[in-house]
Amino acid sequence: MTTVSGPAGTPRRPLAGYIVGSVGLRRPSADAWRTAGITVLCVAVAVGLAALLVTFADGSPVEVVDALFTGSVADTAGWSQTLVNAAPLLLVALGACIANRAGVFNIGQEGQLLIGAMVGCFVALRLQGPGWIVITVALVAAAFGGGAWSGISAAMYYTRGTNVVVTTLLLTFIAAQVVQFAVNSPSLLQEEGMGSGPARPQSDAVPDYLRLASFGQYPDLTIGVGVIVAVVATVVLAVLLARSRWGFRLTMLGLNPMAARHAGVRASRLGGSALVLSGAFAGLAGGVILLGTVFRLQPAISNNFGWDGLLVALVARSRPGLALPVAVLFGALRSGSSYLAATGVPDYLVDVVQALLVLAFVVPPVLSTLWARRLRNRAPVADTPARPTAAAPAKEEVQV
Amino acid sequence: MWLDDGGTVLASALRLTAPLAFAACGEYLAERAGTLNISVEGMMLSGAFGAVAVGSATGSPTVGLFAGALVGLLVALVHANLSHRIQINTFVVGLVINTLVLGLTSFLLQTAEFSRSQVSQVRIPVLADIPMIGVVFEQRWPFYLLLLVVPLTWFLVNRTRWGLELRAVGENPQAADVSGIKVNLRRRQAVLWCGLMSGLGGAYLSVGLVGSFNTNMTAGRGFIVIAAVIFGAWRLKGTLLGCFLFGAADALRLALPSLGVELNPQLLVAAPYLLALAVMVLMAKSQREPRALSKPFERGLV
Repeated sequence: MTTVSGPAGTPRRPLAGYIVGSVGLRRPSADAWRTAGITVLCVAVAVGLAALLVTFADGSPVEVVDALFTGSVADTAGWSQTLVNAAPLLLVALGACIANRAGVFNIGQEGQLLIGAMVGCFVALRLQGPGWIVITVALVAAAFGGGAWSGISAAMYYTRGTNVVVTTLLLTFIAAQVVQFAVNSPSLLQEEGMGSGPARPQSDAVPDYLRLASFGQYPDLTIGVGVIVAVVATVVLAVLLARSRWGFRLTMLGLNPMAARHAGVRASRLGGSALVLSGAFAGLAGGVILLGTVFRLQPAISNNFGWDGLLVALVARSRPGLALPVAVLFGALRSGSSYLAATGVPDYLVDVVQALLVLAFVVPPVLSTLWARRLRNRAPVADTPARPTAAAPAKEEVQV
Repeated sequence: MWLDDGGTVLASALRLTAPLAFAACGEYLAERAGTLNISVEGMMLSGAFGAVAVGSATGSPTVGLFAGALVGLLVALVHANLSHRIQINTFVVGLVINTLVLGLTSFLLQTAEFSRSQVSQVRIPVLADIPMIGVVFEQRWPFYLLLLVVPLTWFLVNRTRWGLELRAVGENPQAADVSGIKVNLRRRQAVLWCGLMSGLGGAYLSVGLVGSFNTNMTAGRGFIVIAAVIFGAWRLKGTLLGCFLFGAADALRLALPSLGVELNPQLLVAAPYLLALAVMVLMAKSQREPRALSKPFERGLV
């Protein structure tokens, strides 16, 4: 009804189709145009609200935009910081895309990320060996850690039917305490006190040779391994979701679990693995943060990357191809926020802007659908007087 | 000696229980109507902020307290309309509202100055002299609002037509719909009650207990409330028991070091969540959960 598909004889261009399909671009339908229009309106409202907030804080919106711009994308140093922030956001968002596609809503990425960072830290500090092997093992272990953490929720859901959202949410707070425990126990991960003063609740620093390499020197653009991993994962996942049997089944499961089951999809296996995979991506993000920027396990290492990554996936409407630019945008907001201090506007502004942006992208598709339905419901009424004879058979058809 | 210690811990437990209990009344009612409302955290936080802001502007913490409840109601209005009118996934809405409220309150806190304001303490003459449990009768006055709010919530849910309709909407929205109940309207109303109560709980936390507001003041208490409702198996009595248990665990965590008892503090912090998970797993098959919990209702779909 609502989709206006292309003419039947449209020649297929496989390669272009792959690319366009993976990024999520389609021939725009009337619905898509309407959604886009509402989205533009909503984003404008969100930006307007943010500007209002800035003026309320006695700041000037122009200065704020300038500061955000300077801190994030004005020069190569800013870009480097933006990309460093964007990588974990993107990884978390990719995982969220998988889970959302499968219709299991995982909101515990913050905890899965923490557990991933903890496991990665444990491996990095305890495993002896050549640098690249230990790094690889640590990152894989981090992914396993995050996956195991969301796996608890998956197991609970598919054996006992507990609500995934609630279990992932509750497990996040348990994860925070597990990490607290680890960094407060000398036998686990707490640092060895440096002679004077008591040991703080954090782990020892990861040695230099285990830190993720980055290409480029400070004034120039630096691109860390984390960024490369995230981008490669995005491309692979985008193609898999759009073109593979697995991606198709996942989407089917998410859109209509009942139909998927009749078509031979095993919900527990596919949905459970999607949940585990989404946790694994969050855990990997934790590993990347640990070995790429922070270098030691601290209770605050997650720094809201889990929550924000989930927001990225929501803005991107669970499309990996769209998650990439959105993650860069959120990363830019993050790195720009550190330049806000000079303008006298609290950097919490960025959190508000992010939340408003999510609303501005989540509301329009729903509004557009409602609008379309309203138009559709109204249409027959308008038609009836013009074609009184055609109305009767049409009615019967509906009843069949 | 141990009587004094017991009294101190009990007093602290009660103080920490009250905000949870207020919000739990709201969350309980919302969940019975089928909304698993995770923005209860945001509602509490906004209530706490609103109470301090209005309290310091008007100079009256009492006015602030009720203003806090209204701010919670406002947040609930947004949540209710987004999730039960235009049907956006309630968890997405809740997540965004939590982020938004946290950012907004932290932002506003840094842009304005708020004076301290705290409601007065009430001491009930004779009863407060009883050793150990006397502390129950020596609380900030909004504490005694619980005596009004808890029975009222119970009455609303279990003894009114409105409550019956709420429960029907939470159990089987399709059946409720064909019998003429406006499902999404009832759910919106339930979320509004949740906002009012959570705002009150947050306001009690700020102008009742602390007297000021600080960044992320509720610190996950809203999620503990959700855990308490699950722990109480969607019954008010159990929910309040859960609130007291979790409040007591919090009090113990603060008191144990001074009492010289060694107990893992992380375990105590995690206890509410662990208990809630355990209850969810153990009781999953006992059908205590409202059957349409967190399932959106749209007419014509099954």
